[in-house]
Amino acid sequence: MTWLLRRLVQALFIVLAMTIIVFVGVNVIGDPVDVLIPPDADQAERARAMVALGLDKPLWEQYLRFLLGVLQGDLGRSFVYNEPALQLIGSRLPATMELAVTAVLLSIVVGIPLGMFAGLKPDSWLARAIMAGSILGFSLPTFWVGLMLIMVFAVQLGWLPSTGRGETAALFGVQWSFLTRDGLAHMILPALNLALGNIALVLRLTRAGVREHLQLEYVKFARAKGLSPARVLFVHVMKNIMIPIVTVIGLEFGSVIAFAVVTETVFAWPGMGKLIIDSINVLDRPVIVAYLMVIVFLFVAINLLVDLLYTVLDPRVRLETRE
Amino acid sequence: MYSIPGCKSESTAMSEITLEVQGLSTHFETRAGTIRAVDDVSFSVRRGRVLGLVGESGSGKSVTGFSVLGLVDPPGRIAAGRILFKGRDLTKLGEAELRGLRGNRIAMIFQDPMMTLNPVLRIDTQMMETVFAHAEVSRREAWVRSRDALGMVGIPSPEERLSAYPHQFSGGMRQRVAIAIALLHQPDLILADEPTTALDVTIQAQILAEVQRLARDHGTALIWITHDLSVVAGLADEVAVMYAGRIVENGQVSQVLKRPMHPYTHGLIGSVPSRNKRGSKLRQIPGMTPSLLNLPTGCAFRTRCQQADEKCELDPPITAPAEGRMLRCFNPQLEAIV
Amino acid sequence: MSATVPLKEETPFRRFVWEFSSSSLAVAGFLTAVVITLMALLAPILAPQNPYDLVHLDIMDGRLPPGSESMSGMTFWLGTDDQGRDMLSGIMYGLRISLGVGVGSAVIAGLIGSALGLIAAYLGGKTETAIMRLVDLQLSFPSILVALMILAFLGKGVMNVMLALVIVEWARYARTARSAALVERRREYMEAAACLALPRWRLLFRHLLPNCLPPLIVIGTIQIARAITLEATLSFLGLGVPITEPSLGLLIANGYQYMLSGKYWISFYPGIALLVTIVAINLMGDQLRDVLNPRLQK
Ligand SMILES: Nc1ncnc2c1ncn2[C@@H]1O[C@H](COP(=O)(O)OP(=O)(O)OP(=O)(O)O)[C@@H](O)[C@H]1O
Ligand code: SF4
Ligand SMILES: [Mg+2]
Repeated sequence: MTWLLRRLVQALFIVLAMTIIVFVGVNVIGDPVDVLIPPDADQAERARAMVALGLDKPLWEQYLRFLLGVLQGDLGRSFVYNEPALQLIGSRLPATMELAVTAVLLSIVVGIPLGMFAGLKPDSWLARAIMAGSILGFSLPTFWVGLMLIMVFAVQLGWLPSTGRGETAALFGVQWSFLTRDGLAHMILPALNLALGNIALVLRLTRAGVREHLQLEYVKFARAKGLSPARVLFVHVMKNIMIPIVTVIGLEFGSVIAFAVVTETVFAWPGMGKLIIDSINVLDRPVIVAYLMVIVFLFVAINLLVDLLYTVLDPRVRLETRE
Repeated sequence: MYSIPGCKSESTAMSEITLEVQGLSTHFETRAGTIRAVDDVSFSVRRGRVLGLVGESGSGKSVTGFSVLGLVDPPGRIAAGRILFKGRDLTKLGEAELRGLRGNRIAMIFQDPMMTLNPVLRIDTQMMETVFAHAEVSRREAWVRSRDALGMVGIPSPEERLSAYPHQFSGGMRQRVAIAIALLHQPDLILADEPTTALDVTIQAQILAEVQRLARDHGTALIWITHDLSVVAGLADEVAVMYAGRIVENGQVSQVLKRPMHPYTHGLIGSVPSRNKRGSKLRQIPGMTPSLLNLPTGCAFRTRCQQADEKCELDPPITAPAEGRMLRCFNPQLEAIV
Repeated sequence: MSATVPLKEETPFRRFVWEFSSSSLAVAGFLTAVVITLMALLAPILAPQNPYDLVHLDIMDGRLPPGSESMSGMTFWLGTDDQGRDMLSGIMYGLRISLGVGVGSAVIAGLIGSALGLIAAYLGGKTETAIMRLVDLQLSFPSILVALMILAFLGKGVMNVMLALVIVEWARYARTARSAALVERRREYMEAAACLALPRWRLLFRHLLPNCLPPLIVIGTIQIARAITLEATLSFLGLGVPITEPSLGLLIANGYQYMLSGKYWISFYPGIALLVTIVAINLMGDQLRDVLNPRLQK
């Protein structure tokens, strides 16, 4: 339990550090007047607003104010949408989340079987092709792969739509694409695009794990017990290698959300990634700040969760942390 | 099809041959060439008897064991020979039939107890799956059998220990678990591949005694692989000495240890510390184990043998110098060990 | 592989060349990288057109497919963009920017990161903890996010992109340099050098650094590819280089809107150039890792 406490404090500390970085970035490196006052305000309005916003106060006081804002969920209003920035981000969050979750699921569903095959039959041509493909999956720029997907599947073949979320349906008062056929069709290409790097990653981890573990004595012992190859592979080996894989996938979830920025731009997917790019382009800085704070928070939360999950999954760690 | 497990045998059945290996050769095809890890090996074990398979590291003991179980993986393969298990040739069986025997009629215990159990599965899972692999029983029944097996190998409060993970056991306890798993179906043959080497001496002795008792009680034939002659002396009925993939000498433990004939066996006995008189130097076999890739022609021990002469450049034939003994040497060393 | 020994007298460099060329893929990658670099360097001489010189552009030549002829009779082998710019020339000039930014930021980040890594390894204690904590924090956030954040604060521009890339990249060098240095530090020559009472900085840079170089070169190669990719991505998103100096990423972005109407070449060929560059560098990097850093093998 002290472990959990320590981990929580650590997470809090990182969030705090990030608020300082964001604050310094916006108020010291950038021009805070731009952040808080619409770009089209005239000179007199600006001066008035500066006093009203406390920009004449010392920096530490401004920071405390900012921090207070963060705590209260008040990060200013978007100039463009004239909405609270946080609320705006929140309204786009579901689109990004469903895309990211689908991408992660895809990387598991595709990556693990391919990786298992490549690990079981490393010398077959198919395994070699898979491995070569995974190198491409790592090194190709996401946006370029996205363009190619559009070119092939949307423009040339005309099989799948390439822009937007398509039809959505409500669940818990939020609109989701995955609930409709049309929405799902719209999700395939962007999710695949977003998943590509992770498919490669999961595939390689699985392959390496399978190859390593098949050599281990416990596998030979399991076979010597008369177990079927399927049980040896799917229970004995998989249970072992799923621990690092789940950990990595969990940690990568944050990256997926971050890289959604690219995919959402390519596929005009109206999530928070697209929002942040648009906001940077029109200098809608309250939204930028809100996005950064949300994503930092997501990141820290995910890392924490993965750590917890890891202790649940691995009996060896479980024991150590209990003591 | 097989003898009913647990059925106490009459004395006549004691002479039944459980396993007879004839001319077994297991080769590994590597890029550097063919490794003859096991080369023309023959031996047999009877019901309730213990065969000690001795030899230094790399001599092919484990590969012999894996060959019997059909667990030699590519690039290895059984190149020649017959493995008769209760009269049936295992080399002719398909994978499914072999799997039906593994862990059921033939069980194996491995060297390193830290490595043989799956670290992320509970002991009950690892035991019960073995039960289910060969018997259609209820979960309850499988659990009971597992618990009883744990109790039999001397693990205290087996009910509780069943739901533990391997890392919660000491090395000796883990090896007991492995032995319990091997005993689950009361096999006709147990291959124990240096199961006590990784353990400390007192635990080693306990486990040896228990396994010996269990094998005798159930009429199980036991092949005990080791490079420790003193273990063989205390445990085995017969001993086969392996060198570079071949059995060079074979016979009753009492006879072979008292009157070894092969120069290599002489060397092995000389290097057992307890045999040395105080103050005398520990005799060592000169030279190094040759690589299996470039063995000397003829007798593989030639480069290290003090008895070697030009004859030894040819393959020494298998001879039977005495009743129940087998030897592969041109110039046996006949003087007894004092 | 390493069992066979080259016949000629063996200098470390010969050995390196010989081992490197044991993979034909790596050699192909190297040759491709050389060709690409030459193309970028010699673009003003080789390119059929100066794509920045508006005088030579004719809007009537806009969006011509590959192989078309211009109003003035010149052939556009890779077609033209919406302003009638020859794509081949555009790509060659774009490569200059992409490579320049990628290599430049990788080198600067390499210098800063390695220096910090060495200092961490050498000084140890609080300095080391502080530096490595920063490295960990940095690496736990994906590169795109860090770059995005920096560009959001600073705005676009070649210099800002370079700065963002340096900030994104330095941490990996620091980690590599430190771990290599920790291994080297225990070696005999370091103890010998310490016995000779050489000044600390000399020990650090004359003795430690050269021996940490191989892993740094490996990381550096791969980091160049990453930097080029990241720059292209940022430019594609409209956050990178300005429109007046289009890198490959920006060229691709410019053609993007026409792709849906089937005019693929405006995006496609710059994309291929980007791809070939990245794959070539990665192939080299893979082989370098095997040759220079046997510890990392497998
Ligand atoms: N997978 C393999 N590939 C190639 N050669 C192998 C393989 N497995 C075993 N061998 C060869 O078979 C020989 C015998 O190995 P084995 O494991 O049977 O020796 P051992 O007598 O059990 O030794 P130890 O006492 O160390 O366990 C080894 O020298 C090795 O060269
Ligand atoms: S055959 Fe010759 S070399 Fe081999 S053990 Fe006998 S005497 Fe020695
Ligand atoms: Mg062995």
